[in-house]
Amino acid sequence: MSINEILLEVKGLKMHFPLTQGIIIQRQVGAVKAVDGLNFFIRRGETLGLVGESGCGKSTTGRAILQLYRPTAGQVLFEGQDLCKMAGERLRQMRRRMQMIFQDPYASLNPRMTVGNIIGEPMEIHNLAKGKEKQEKVQELLRVVGLNPYFSNRYPHEFSGGQRQRIGVARALAVQPEFIVCDEPISALDVSIQAQIINLLEELQAEFHLTYLFIAHDLSVVRHLSDRVAVMYLGKIVEIATRDDLYRTPLHPYIKALLSAVPIPDPTVEARRERIILVGDVPSPVNPPSGCNFHTRCPIAIPLCSEQEPAFVDKGVDHWAACHRV
Amino acid sequence: MRDNTLLEVRNLKTYFYTMDGTVLAVDGVDFVMREGQTVGLVGESGCGKSVTALSIMRLITPPGKIVGGQVIFDGEDLLKVDDEEIRRVRGNKIAMVFQDPMTSLNPVLTINRQVSEALELHLGMNKDESRKRSIELLEIVGIPEAAKRIDDYPHQFSGGMRQRVMIAMALSCNPQLLIADEPTTALDVTIQAQIIELVKRLKKELGMAVIWITHDMGVVAGMCERVIVMYAGHIAESARVSDIYADPRHPYTLGLLGSIPRLDAARKSKLTPIEGLPPDLINAPPGCPFAPRCAWVIDICHQECPRLRGVGPGHETACWANVKEGRA
Repeated sequence: MSINEILLEVKGLKMHFPLTQGIIIQRQVGAVKAVDGLNFFIRRGETLGLVGESGCGKSTTGRAILQLYRPTAGQVLFEGQDLCKMAGERLRQMRRRMQMIFQDPYASLNPRMTVGNIIGEPMEIHNLAKGKEKQEKVQELLRVVGLNPYFSNRYPHEFSGGQRQRIGVARALAVQPEFIVCDEPISALDVSIQAQIINLLEELQAEFHLTYLFIAHDLSVVRHLSDRVAVMYLGKIVEIATRDDLYRTPLHPYIKALLSAVPIPDPTVEARRERIILVGDVPSPVNPPSGCNFHTRCPIAIPLCSEQEPAFVDKGVDHWAACHRV
Repeated sequence: MRDNTLLEVRNLKTYFYTMDGTVLAVDGVDFVMREGQTVGLVGESGCGKSVTALSIMRLITPPGKIVGGQVIFDGEDLLKVDDEEIRRVRGNKIAMVFQDPMTSLNPVLTINRQVSEALELHLGMNKDESRKRSIELLEIVGIPEAAKRIDDYPHQFSGGMRQRVMIAMALSCNPQLLIADEPTTALDVTIQAQIIELVKRLKKELGMAVIWITHDMGVVAGMCERVIVMYAGHIAESARVSDIYADPRHPYTLGLLGSIPRLDAARKSKLTPIEGLPPDLINAPPGCPFAPRCAWVIDICHQECPRLRGVGPGHETACWANVKEGRA
C-alpha cells in the first residue's frame, strides 16, 4: 500500500433526475442535471472536501458514489473496479467498505430501534458478528465515539443532537469501512458541539486509517479538515486543489467570491476586508446557462464565457480549474 | 441621563409552563440600546435569544408567559400597555424579520398584499398609495423589476429574494428598531453576504437600530457595535464588539471563539471544543448554568448564580472567576 495509492476515482459522473409530465402516460419533459460530468480522485487516507452552495449537487455526488442513486453516466472506480456496473451480492460486498454519515441526526436514526440494534444491524447484515460478540463490539464502538457503553439499550430520542451524531458515526464504523462519505455531518449541530464532532472524525481517521469525502457548505470547517478541496457550482466542479493552494491562491472567480463572503470572527479583520458580492441567485439546474454556467453571476465574464464551456485543466501543480479567464 | 436610549430591557423573565415542568427560557435579562445602534445577540439554540426578541414584541403565546421585568421602548413599558397600543407598535415602530423566509410569508397571498398590509393598517394608505409604496420598498431592498414582480406569489421567489421581501415588509413603516432573528441562517454564504450588505446600507440610510440575533460569531464581527452573549436564559457577557473578540471575559465566550475554525487563522491541529452539553432549562441547578462545562469553575459557581459585573468601559460579564489571559 503506497501513500499515493488512489482509492476512489470518479470519471465523467452524471446524475440526472427526469422531470415528467402527465398522470397516466408520463412523458419526460426535461431533467434536473444535479451532477453533470465530474472527474476527481481520492487517495487512500486523505480527506477530500467537497464544498458548494445548497443545490449545487454535492450531496447527490456523495450518494451517487455509494450507488444510493444509480448514476446516469460515468464511472465510479473503487480500487479500480467500477461500482456502477455492479449489482446484487457483489455490490453489497463492496458496500461494507464504504459507509455514510448523514446530515440530520434526528432523521437518520430509526426511533423504534435501540442504539445497540442500530449499530449492530450492519454487522449482522454483513455477517461480521452476532450474539454476544456483536454486543461487545457495539459497546466497544460506543466507547470509541465517546459515549457510555451502557447506552446500548436506550432509544435515539434519549440523546441530544451531538450524541445522536456520535451514534451515526458508530454505525458507520461498525463494518470497519475504508471510505466514509460525511454528508454535512455537523451543520445540524450547535456551535459548541460541532468542534466535538470535528475532533472525533479526525481522531477516528488517524486511528482506523479512514478515507473521507467530506461534504459541507462551511468553508472554514472544510479548510480545517481537508487535505484537498473540490468546489462545486451547479453540478460541476469548478476548482480542485490542495487545501493551502485553494485558500491561499484561489483561481476561479466563484471560489474567490465564496471565500470573501465568509464572515471572520474578528472585527478588525472584518473592517479591512474587501467583499466580492455576487449578484443574483444560482440558476436552475433544469436549464443551466450556456457556456460556463457561472457566467450569469461572474464579475469578470467576457463574451466567450457564455458561448463555450471552459475546459477543466491543470493551472499549476495539481491545481485544476475550469475558467476562461485564469 | 442617557437621552438617546431607545430600548431598555430590565430583568426580563419569560417562562414556558409545559407538561414536564417550567422552562426558564429567559431568566433575568438586562440590556440597554441606543438609537441607531446595532446589537448582536449571540448564543446557541435554546439559549433564549429568540424568546427575548419575541418578548420585546410581546409575541409570547401560551404555554409561554412573560412573568416579570420591563421592556421600556421610547419611554414606555411595552409589557404594561394594552393590546390596542402594542399593535400600534408592532410592525410600525418595532419590526421583525424571521429566520425562515420559506415559511414566514403567506403562500396564498401576493407579495403586494403582504407588503401593503402594514402600510394600510399603520399609515392609513389607500390601495393605490400602498401599491406604489410597496414597489418603492421592493426597489430599495434590491428586487429587480419590482413593478412586475409585485403581483407574484412567494413560491416564485428564491430564498434570498424572499428574505428581501421580508425586509421590505419590516421597513414599510420606517421602524425605529428592527429585530432580525437569524435572518441569514437559512441562506447560502453568497446570499448571506448580499443580505448583510443590504441591512448595513439600509441602517445607514434610515438610521434605525438593529438587534441581530445569530449563532455565528463571524457575522456579528462584521456588522454589530455591541455584542450580547447569552447562555441558558442568562446574559453571559456584554461588550463592545472590539472587546468581545480581543478580550473575552466569560469562559463561554472564550469557548465559542475557540471552537470554531477560522478561515484566516493558521490551521491548528485540533479545535478546543466546549465539553458537555447545554443544560436542561427545566431542572436548572442552582449556581452558574455554565459551571458544569466550565474550565475556570470554582466552589461558589455551583452555589450562587453570578450577576453581571463591570470589567471595563461598557464591558460586563456574569462570571465569578477572573478570566483574563485565557485566550485559546
